Amino acid sequence: MDGTQGSIYDVVVIGGGVVGCAVLRELSRYDLKLLLLEREADLAEGISKGNSGVIHAGFNAPAGSLKARTNVAGLALMYPLAEELGVPHRKTGKLVVALADEDRPRLEELKAEGDRSGVPGLEIVGESEIRRLEPLARGRWALHSPHTGIISPYELTIALAECAWQNGAEVRLEAPVEAIAYGAGLFRLETPRGVFSARRVVNSAGLFSDEVARLAGIDDYRIFPYRGEYLITDKDCGLRLGMPVYPVPSRDDPGLGIHITPTLEGNIILGPSAEPVEDKRDAASTREVMARLKAEAARLMPELGRTSFIHSYTGLRPKLIDPRGKDKFGDFVIEESAVRPGWINLAGIESPGLTAAPAIAGMVAEMIGAGLDLRKRPDFVPERPRRVRFAAAGDAERAARVVQDADWGEMVCRCEHVTRAEVAAALRNPFGARTMDAVKRRTRCGMGRCQGGFCTPRIVEILQDEGVPVDRITKRGGGSRLFYGRLKG
Amino acid sequence: MMAERIETCDVAVIGGGPAGLAAALGARRAGAGSVVLIERDRTLGGILNQCIHDGFGLFLYKETISGPEYAERLIEDVARESIKVEAGAMVLDLAPDRLLRVNARQGYRLIRAGAVVLAMGCRERTREMIEIPGTRPAGIFTAGSAQNLVNLQNLRIGHEAVILGSGDIGLIMARRLAFEGVAVKGVFEILPWASGLERNVRQCLMDFAIPLELGSTVVEIRGRDRVESVVVAKVDGALAPVAGTERAIPCDTLLLSVGLIPENELSKRAGIELSPLTGGAVVDETLMTSVEGVFSCGNVLHIHDVADRASFEGFAAGKRAARFAAGERAAARTVRVSAGSNVRYALPQLLTAGKAGVEWSFRVTRPMRSVSIEIKGRTSGRIYARKKFPRLLPSELQKLKVSEAIEEDIEVAGHE
Repeated sequence: MDGTQGSIYDVVVIGGGVVGCAVLRELSRYDLKLLLLEREADLAEGISKGNSGVIHAGFNAPAGSLKARTNVAGLALMYPLAEELGVPHRKTGKLVVALADEDRPRLEELKAEGDRSGVPGLEIVGESEIRRLEPLARGRWALHSPHTGIISPYELTIALAECAWQNGAEVRLEAPVEAIAYGAGLFRLETPRGVFSARRVVNSAGLFSDEVARLAGIDDYRIFPYRGEYLITDKDCGLRLGMPVYPVPSRDDPGLGIHITPTLEGNIILGPSAEPVEDKRDAASTREVMARLKAEAARLMPELGRTSFIHSYTGLRPKLIDPRGKDKFGDFVIEESAVRPGWINLAGIESPGLTAAPAIAGMVAEMIGAGLDLRKRPDFVPERPRRVRFAAAGDAERAARVVQDADWGEMVCRCEHVTRAEVAAALRNPFGARTMDAVKRRTRCGMGRCQGGFCTPRIVEILQDEGVPVDRITKRGGGSRLFYGRLKG
Repeated sequence: MMAERIETCDVAVIGGGPAGLAAALGARRAGAGSVVLIERDRTLGGILNQCIHDGFGLFLYKETISGPEYAERLIEDVARESIKVEAGAMVLDLAPDRLLRVNARQGYRLIRAGAVVLAMGCRERTREMIEIPGTRPAGIFTAGSAQNLVNLQNLRIGHEAVILGSGDIGLIMARRLAFEGVAVKGVFEILPWASGLERNVRQCLMDFAIPLELGSTVVEIRGRDRVESVVVAKVDGALAPVAGTERAIPCDTLLLSVGLIPENELSKRAGIELSPLTGGAVVDETLMTSVEGVFSCGNVLHIHDVADRASFEGFAAGKRAARFAAGERAAARTVRVSAGSNVRYALPQLLTAGKAGVEWSFRVTRPMRSVSIEIKGRTSGRIYARKKFPRLLPSELQKLKVSEAIEEDIEVAGHE
């Protein structure tokens, strides 16, 4: 058993989403023994992989709420953080468009709310300015937010964890917390990968944060999962969207409305829907919503009605508000438990959780610092080695890399131009994530228009070369195996 | 630094499958001095290597052989010629001035070619392109990737399979899986007719008692980790699922054989005009694309029914590329060719005015009986060629030749 009785961690973070990983990385600045436990076979497998990837400015939540405060604080931290970690991102600006004059007051309200929260640079613009800012957008009026941006949420999550790991933090995958005992100032966390003791626990279990809290004897929350479906266009769809374009949010919409968002690679993401579901892992797409997404998006951008999509995905949001209840706004929960001192709950961290993550991490560090002696590590390294993408390199660098290591000369993914060297590097990640999806998220293999048709057989070969037996090759861990052994002969 | 190291060749052929192998041979035999054949896989042959079934070569070799044997014969011919073969090398970029960026374990290089032949083949349509709702479990494969995993890597991809789409690879894989003891629950085709060749329907499904359900499709995929079942439903005349006809079929594997798309990523980079009807380049009677000196053949130009025809096109494209590299230039291509009633497309789409003896490839839009295909002048109404067919299927690629010279825009149409 690897979780020996002797190993007592100062802090264990439960949940390897963007918030948990941001907390881990923030705490790794200090001289603490740290561990992150993730139930899935890779990081960012929950809420963090299925969203719009937008760095929000912070005008959607009521001023004074934790959502607004951590969003505005997180916005200020996010761009320098993404730089530090070498995570691809772009400050694009964003438009919230009103298609009719009568929606303008709603834009004014959003602006006023944002101004109160200290969101920088918001202004209401008219038709010609909308066209200038984003030629593909339509609208009578729009709220322009110049500091909104886009980022890859799973790349950020992985980068945060890798940075923490470089600074000494440990990460265990496929380690769901199944039982928790408390005594003598220590939490004892039982997982299939061992039993771990912790002085402090940060519950960042996303959709399951209520259940994890309950294991610790805290029955304060109930998470209501909401499902959000998305579609992604081909990069070659002929439309170059510069910035996210949102509709005026309806007061009854549990989300921000179906919007269109560019990806860093040039696709357009369209979505999400927002509907309550029973099952916290029900990430299915439905025929009805796919049709609705297209219709809604065509309202914002008529050209989208005629384009082709290469992929769909579905995200889940952990809401604290009962879909049957009257409340429409549920704030983040960021608090130390009154009944279990030393246990910090992060619950209901839905949008804008991605942007807020670094700010939430700072708050958690302060809460931990109130009880534990936090000493800054003199050897903390905030950066992470830059990941080189062959597809983005120039001729000279490409040539040099192939000379250095012939694996850079072996193309694995035809659509996204990913080399064997990049796949091998992804498979040697420090956490042992070796699923097909882990490779996909780290390299973009399979994200192109063939959707893995060509590269899947190649990656299967490389996985075997790297020592993964055929029966252990999975899409995303658990029972998602691709093969049932070899054929006869 | 890189500028000094641009290599040159007369003809560069991109892709070493049935079309590309033939193109390299065609170029060399037409006198091209230096021919480079660039294949991204580790060995030549392309998709032929995983097509271990019989049925290749009937037209080219007058006998039926397996895919690897067919490839072997062309590869042996290539080896006898002085053709520079670069396997494990992928062309990442093609500029309109015929500058290629090539990556391989041996090095990353730039090559400037006197003429280029595109022979990159095609890719398969995916689950996402046809927008099947449901979960995203493991166990969903395109038929061609399944063919690779089963035939080349000897892997068991499942125990119970449903196949969506009746394309040839799907039909071939239905039989292949049945051979390996996989229970093939059925092949479901949204159209009222099979997309694959008749002989494949007979030899791969009927002979193995695998049901083929026409006019039905998969409307939902179920299962969290691995496919647990798929829901199929009948479709109406507009191909929309009919409510109330759904039924769940338990299975752990879903194979998709829902169409092939010419893989024109490089063509797009070079700014080559593509046809929305074929998904491939718009070409003239020499198979030259809208970019001077760049020719196209095989499945990257339009989807073929059999490999032999892709090879024939390859020989022709290679020959024309060699002539272009030697300085031969065609006159302006002023005649436009369009597809008329019942014809999905006709190729070439452009023609040099006054050209005689040109042969058209075409496909019909639906199965037809006692049909007459005509090539007609759009101005004069004159019939340049007419041929009667007892039966035509959309799965078959057909040919029609005009012996006389054509000076006006023409239309290829079919009448029952």
